[in-house]
Amino acid sequence: MLHHSYSDAYIRDILRSVRTIAMVGASPHWNRPSYFVMKYLQAKGFTVIPVNPVAAGQEILGEQTYATLAEVPGKVDMVDIFRNSEAAGPITDEAIEKAARVVWMQIGVRNDAAAARAEEAGLKVVMNRCPKIEYARLFGELGWSGANSGVISSRRRRIG
Amino acid sequence: MPSPKNPYGIETLAVHAGASPDPTTGARTTPIYQTTSYVFEDADQASSLFNLQSYGYVYTRIGNPTVSVLEERIAALEGGRGAIATASGHAAQMLAMFTLLSPGDEFVAARRLYGGSITQFTRTFRKFGWNCVLVDPDDLEALRAAVGPKCKAIFVESPANPGGAIVDLEPVADIAHDAGVPLIVDSTMATPCLCRPLEWGADLVVHSTTKFLSGHGNALGGILVDSGRFDWSATDRFPSLSQPEAAYHGLRFHETFGDLALTVHGHAVGLRDLGAAMAPMNAFLTITGCETLPLRMERHVQNAQAVAEFLERHSSVSRVSYAGLPSSPYYERARKYMPKGAGAVFTFGVRGGYEAGLKVVEACEILSHLANIGDTRSLILHPASTTHRQLTEEQQIAAGAGPDVIRLSVGIESVDDIIRDLDQALAAAAS
Ligand SMILES: Cc1ncc(COP(=O)(O)O)c(C=O)c1O
Repeated sequence: MLHHSYSDAYIRDILRSVRTIAMVGASPHWNRPSYFVMKYLQAKGFTVIPVNPVAAGQEILGEQTYATLAEVPGKVDMVDIFRNSEAAGPITDEAIEKAARVVWMQIGVRNDAAAARAEEAGLKVVMNRCPKIEYARLFGELGWSGANSGVISSRRRRIG
Repeated sequence: MPSPKNPYGIETLAVHAGASPDPTTGARTTPIYQTTSYVFEDADQASSLFNLQSYGYVYTRIGNPTVSVLEERIAALEGGRGAIATASGHAAQMLAMFTLLSPGDEFVAARRLYGGSITQFTRTFRKFGWNCVLVDPDDLEALRAAVGPKCKAIFVESPANPGGAIVDLEPVADIAHDAGVPLIVDSTMATPCLCRPLEWGADLVVHSTTKFLSGHGNALGGILVDSGRFDWSATDRFPSLSQPEAAYHGLRFHETFGDLALTVHGHAVGLRDLGAAMAPMNAFLTITGCETLPLRMERHVQNAQAVAEFLERHSSVSRVSYAGLPSSPYYERARKYMPKGAGAVFTFGVRGGYEAGLKVVEACEILSHLANIGDTRSLILHPASTTHRQLTEEQQIAAGAGPDVIRLSVGIESVDDIIRDLDQALAAAAS
């Protein structure tokens, strides 16, 4: 699949179907972008497991932090990558190993070779997007900040 | 060059963008949320709202549900990433410069601007330590030379009020980008129905929504639209967006909010501290205005074209500056940038100078003598004695508002009635 744009339906299906997200590169510092995203996704009912070797053993937003994806106990539906594009390669391979269904790379992160490997293994891939922004955009909250969501609907939508 | 990537037509966006039925009541029209503040769910939700970690409303100076429908509506019409509505067009200009400039900085502006903007830029902004350099936007070399190391933006108005001059947006955008600064376009006179500057390379668009967007002369307002394309972190010249913000514990807006950085900053810092928020009632009136914008603009430009052609043939008229006329130096540019029409505001010179100008204005029965544009009603004004009064005669002439100049904002009445009224007023002034 081409990764320059994603249909609303593709992103919506992913966000509706995943429950447990491993966030690689999650920061314990409250003013970092990853912290914002983790907090928001938790508020929307997702379980977010932080992965960060530097913060391993600490709690972030009430969740135990693991050094590697492999150490995360139990099933992971989606791996959200808060690292640079190069680092996203081996992390994607670990996500395949971990039997995740989705690999998501944050804004500015794109690794086409890794995406091809993940898709080959049957995973869905999103690159250069933020799940917080996409969730808010598709479920009616993004416009609250003056943003153009691109969504037009005459239906009475459930918010959030 | 325009690449309409939006899957919806502009008429659909004008009616629907930003406004789904109210999730709680099903109300189909956007409700007027006439409230100052919003109850928090709990202490944790309150703190994440204050930390900008979640989306939601806190206080109407920073955001309001009716106002954000308008913001999304106009952002969608312009093809932008987001928008910040303000109390007036001037407040939107203030907000743009507040975000981009620090004391001691500069911006380059076209010298053909709405007179109030020239005053705001060259007098009031100077008190904040922001220096405005005025240049002729048609002289591209002068423009390029004017952009110095302290320059943080180029600002143009197209078409310009009152003379209707059209700016060659593409090369001006290139000059801005070569210098690493954004191009800001005041598109009040064009509206997104006639020209979408972001498609021609502009980075930010400002509007006085007081004019055509609300369209009925009943609601003051302004808006700043961001394309989301400018890389604020490419240099250290835009610290408000790229550097840690002390009031939010070191958060960097561009890093955290990506292409929404300016939109989020405009609310969370700009409106919070400048305080010039749009009132919900005005947002409601402007949303309603936007719904008929494409229809109204079609009629506005059709009537303006007919009135301009009538005046050009009239013996009491020395010249008409309307870019929809082949006699205008801006005719070709209008066909490129505004193929659906060159707007509905233009000027003409009346034989007999200042005195004759005043008489024409006073003799009208249908056209209203007042200082606004973009109303359903046709409006007439003598700029030299009103809007451009605070300028020197040299500045007046440079702005296209010399002593014999009359400005029209052609409304959507029966065009024959507008023409008949002008004809009798010109006759009265000549006698
Ligand atoms: C082109 C243009 N820009 C800006 C403004 C200022 O807008 P406001 O009066 O809404 O502050 C005006 C108002 O006349 C205008 O015509």
